[in-house]
Amino acid sequence: MVTPMETPNPADFVAVSPIFGRFTIEALPLHEPIVVATFVVVALGGGALLAALTYFKVWGYLWKEWFTSVDHKKIGLMYMILGLVMLLRGFADAIMMRLQQAMAFNGSEGYLNAHHYDQIFTAHGVIMIFFVAMPLVTGLMNYIVPLQIGARDVSFPFLNNFSFWMTTAGAIIVMMSLFVGEFATTGWLAYPPLSGIGYSPGVGVDYYIWGLQVAGVGTTLSGINLIATIVKMRAPGMGMMKMPVFTWTSLCTNILIVASFPVLTAVLALLTLDRYVGTNFFTNDFGGNPMMYVNLIWIWGHPEVYILILPLFGVFSEVTSTFSGKRLFGYTSMVYASVVITILAYVVWLHHFFTMGSGASVNSFFGITTMVISIPTGAKIFNWLFTMYRGRIRFELPMMWTIAFMLTFVIGGMTGVLLAVPPADFVLHNSLFLIAHFHNVIIGGVLFGLFAGINYWAPKALGFRLDPVWGKRSFWLWVIGFWVAFMPLYILGLMGVTRRLRVFDDPSLQIWFQIAALGAFMIAGGIACMLIQFYVSFRNREALRDTSGDPWEGRTLEWSTSSPPPEYNFAFTPVVHDNDAWSDMKARGYARPLDGYRPIHMPSNTGTGVVISALSVVFGAAMVWYVWWLAGLSFIAILATAIGHTFIYKRDYHIPVPDVERTEAARTQLLTAEAR
Amino acid sequence: MRTSLSFAGPFSRPHRVFLALPLLALLGACDAVVLSPSGDVAMQQRDLVLISTGLMLLIILPVMALTVLFAWRYRAANKEARYEPDWDHSTQLELIIWAAPLLIIICLGALTWVGTHILDPYRPLGRLDASRPTQVLGKPLEVQVVALDWKWLFFYPEYGIATVNELAAPVDRPIMFRITSSSVMNSFYIPALAGQIYAMPGMETKLHAVINKPGDYAGFSANYSGAGFSGMRFRFHGLSNADFGKWVSGVKSGKSALDRAAYLKLEQPSENVPVQRFASVEAGLYDAALNMCVEPGKMCMNEMMHIDAKGGLGMAAVHNVRPLAYDKYARRGSVLGTNAGYVAALCTPGDAKAMLAAKHDRPVPLPDPGGLIGAGLSRPALLSSASTDAAKNL
Amino acid sequence: MSSRTLAVDPNEPVEFYLREEHDHPEGSSTMLGFWIYLMSDCLIFAILFACYGVLGSNYAAGPAPRDLFDLPLVALNTAMLLFSSITYGFAMLAMEDKKVGQTQMWLAITGLFGLAFLSIELYEFSHMIHEGATPQRSAFLSSFFTLVGTHGIHVTFGLIWLVTLMVQVAKRGLIAANTRRLMCLSMFWHFLDVIWIGVFTFVYLMGMLR
Repeated sequence: MVTPMETPNPADFVAVSPIFGRFTIEALPLHEPIVVATFVVVALGGGALLAALTYFKVWGYLWKEWFTSVDHKKIGLMYMILGLVMLLRGFADAIMMRLQQAMAFNGSEGYLNAHHYDQIFTAHGVIMIFFVAMPLVTGLMNYIVPLQIGARDVSFPFLNNFSFWMTTAGAIIVMMSLFVGEFATTGWLAYPPLSGIGYSPGVGVDYYIWGLQVAGVGTTLSGINLIATIVKMRAPGMGMMKMPVFTWTSLCTNILIVASFPVLTAVLALLTLDRYVGTNFFTNDFGGNPMMYVNLIWIWGHPEVYILILPLFGVFSEVTSTFSGKRLFGYTSMVYASVVITILAYVVWLHHFFTMGSGASVNSFFGITTMVISIPTGAKIFNWLFTMYRGRIRFELPMMWTIAFMLTFVIGGMTGVLLAVPPADFVLHNSLFLIAHFHNVIIGGVLFGLFAGINYWAPKALGFRLDPVWGKRSFWLWVIGFWVAFMPLYILGLMGVTRRLRVFDDPSLQIWFQIAALGAFMIAGGIACMLIQFYVSFRNREALRDTSGDPWEGRTLEWSTSSPPPEYNFAFTPVVHDNDAWSDMKARGYARPLDGYRPIHMPSNTGTGVVISALSVVFGAAMVWYVWWLAGLSFIAILATAIGHTFIYKRDYHIPVPDVERTEAARTQLLTAEAR
Repeated sequence: MRTSLSFAGPFSRPHRVFLALPLLALLGACDAVVLSPSGDVAMQQRDLVLISTGLMLLIILPVMALTVLFAWRYRAANKEARYEPDWDHSTQLELIIWAAPLLIIICLGALTWVGTHILDPYRPLGRLDASRPTQVLGKPLEVQVVALDWKWLFFYPEYGIATVNELAAPVDRPIMFRITSSSVMNSFYIPALAGQIYAMPGMETKLHAVINKPGDYAGFSANYSGAGFSGMRFRFHGLSNADFGKWVSGVKSGKSALDRAAYLKLEQPSENVPVQRFASVEAGLYDAALNMCVEPGKMCMNEMMHIDAKGGLGMAAVHNVRPLAYDKYARRGSVLGTNAGYVAALCTPGDAKAMLAAKHDRPVPLPDPGGLIGAGLSRPALLSSASTDAAKNL
Repeated sequence: MSSRTLAVDPNEPVEFYLREEHDHPEGSSTMLGFWIYLMSDCLIFAILFACYGVLGSNYAAGPAPRDLFDLPLVALNTAMLLFSSITYGFAMLAMEDKKVGQTQMWLAITGLFGLAFLSIELYEFSHMIHEGATPQRSAFLSSFFTLVGTHGIHVTFGLIWLVTLMVQVAKRGLIAANTRRLMCLSMFWHFLDVIWIGVFTFVYLMGMLR
């Protein structure tokens, strides 16, 4: 029990040093053996990596060719790497939760105290959504969209690089909380008043706020960039209704990003003001209203789930059509379905808190709009089904992931519609049934889609196919592991077990948690197999090499160029006559031009994005720890760097004709060798 | 008489069992309280879960079957199957694939609209259970619920008692819960009884429910509320009328009383709190908790809202703020702002007590009916004199 | 083949590649991109307006708009911002005529008006805070200061940008890159004007009526 305190002077409680802010040596979690062990492993691994990079003298190469690159392909790959690295962190959190919940029965407290456990489930949610799913989806769009529309880069190449580094900066701020201070203990959406300064006085929520704000800048700018790219940079002949479906769903997603992330920015800014300045937006006293926050954050939060899933709907469309060797069934209705989903995504947010007690009419309105979304989604499923119908389906890995998706996602969709029925939600809200539902759609939809996409486009991006043997091992472990891990959660939800519990008193539940933990370990095996798959594929890259640029009999323009594509993507801009542009070119005997090259206009690399993002990390950390001088200094430095950047007017160069000729001649050689 | 509605009407029992089959098979022998609750509201919610699931399976199962069938039949190795690489459109099929989900959603939407209104937690009950649709219902038992960090406080205004982490109610008597929270958001949930509803500070939600079978059921917070959340559990006892009477007199026979001071002590964060019983409760304590003014000298939310609706108190009240004398956690106030504080009450509980005590000595002015006729309008003479008369009669 | 596969006659030879250089000139998407950015910024203001709409009458038994706002002062402030928009318009006209000196002069005048706007706003804020009507006093004041202050921060950044552009025009003249930047700032500046009209109407005028 906490005893009441008498003196009302905040200075007694906030010791803010002018130099170190509120940072003290106690902020290092030296008393948490698990964190210390993690730190040692990370420090050793990271140190070894840095030493290796230095030893092999690759820093200069990395800086010149990757970190400062404005090439959408390299940025796309860097996004993917960021997402995969963060997946390991987010998954480590998942395993820890599963273990805790499988152990904490019969009076056992498990192995995690409340403070640690609460951070873990918060970090798991935040990391998986913002720093795994988002970078992976953005990376895929970044890499593929310009290629699919026959462009040489995005509209704003520098902005693209900057967006990536801001996302990374956000991830760094969140990761910092693991070893310095603490992370939020509020759940991934940080509802006030719990996340207010009165109930979360530590640095955790501040890490959360600044991590998301910094990453949010990157996400919003990348959204603007890709919309402009898709609207303005399409190859001649590619009308809106001739765009590949992946490009269409990417367009919808980026519109959703631009129209929802500012809401997140605004609502987090208000929470920041409440915490730092003592305003009363979401406090209990002085007329504030915490339910405002809940409404606002879900006005961002619900579109966010469609931001994640829509591009993958595009991936499934491309994959199904390619591996069935057929045109996509119902292209037009597919496009309209995506647009309808985009619009409806904004009128359903209240279904996340029916239990607020809004009244029957409001609840049923939002319940029914939610159900209406399942109509276009259902139409999409049927379209994929009829794309397979009378096709010649090749069960390569991307297609396997797609079938697994179709069988898994419909269950998740069904439980989702069930949760949209308000009285049903009253008994299932916040339960493990809900957890099972959204993992069912996010793993079964987003992650399976990403894996389909990665296996599908890897030959394009890397120049070699991914090893199918390890890929299949990973596939089966993931798919079966998913069902073993989440079916028990559905059942536990029906047994009335709520989420975010750390200890349990009913011993009959334990077996289900143990099964779920087993499933989590199978997924761990799936992740391991995937990493082995990457390694094995790299080792056998010569055997797996794709010399044609079109290993799957692709249908869209990205397959018309070499694998990996040259930095300029296309020596000559393709002209589009059909929505499966590359199929059409192949069917009608296109002729690849072999001469008449011209110098190609390209954007130059720049380090400004890296510098501003690094300064943003400093700024974020300084704000978290109340180090005002450092925050001010880094903010001025950010401003100065940005202004300084605008004084650079020469931001482009031309690739000279001989270079283009050399690259294209090499491709010609490969193609003739292939033909023979 | 209130008509008794139930959306499970058209589905007689055998149908329900049929619809529940897939789930039942899944659940096997485990004790799924959500699927076999003991209160009528939860039972109707369960029915809705099963019916919706059944409706959706009508389309989900064929889709899954077709997926497997097409994947198998049109595999590349099967050269027998027809291959039409350019077939990409069929108006009839498009019509079906949009219409089939649409039809299901229309059914489900209608069910949702009706079900949501019937099972609106704010709506008084219409029946005791499916077998007694027309029985006249008595006055509901009112229970006032306050979520504290991290335990539940229940007031029984009818009996003047209160309990912590223990709730009891007579079988087959409607219960009306009024729910609030003292600090952060929680969700009040007894799966066997009825669906959950949020408990929010400074706000009140309601829940109507009835327990049909005697028993000992689990209740808890279904919304994460901080470090002690896992231990924020209580037992809910469904008791026969006689047993409930015994339970009440048992609580009443105790010695401890819950007044403002005891509430403020209780309100402080504590975990895994054992059952506590209070034989008597200070009048108006729940309303003070709801309006977040248990602390002496703090202005109540309802008073504040009333003042705000009249346009605030002007610059004269700008400094009417007192620093917080006690807070639950280590720190108060934000680093760049002022100290945490609260708006001072215009009259203290002492003043109110004195006013009540003086009630019989002098006429108490009735509330100004001006609000009812529109601000700024002059008071009708008739109403004005009537109210004066009423005041005289007091 | 399905009916909509072929847009052209199949017998005609089809061109699948553009042989001449198909280049998207630098900055061809800038206006569109900046417009989308403004719309996303507009959404931030929309949220702040919504907060003000919900919390704007929660005075916490303290002062209400009528007790605090000085309409003549705010009207003067509004005039400053509106004038700055007009003078920015003159700067753009001068830019179209390629008159560097005139452009710079009108930009400078715009900047002065903007500065005057900010000074008056800061005066208003400091006056209110001095009287005790701080952002912490009530949810109404929190949302008021945040909405108006966010607009003020935008104007501040607009001014920094304006000075930067004046330096760049002085150094390089009205080259294509600079005129494009001036046009972006123009959109930004007028956008802030539109937002301010919303603030003036919704917060100040309607606040006095409440």
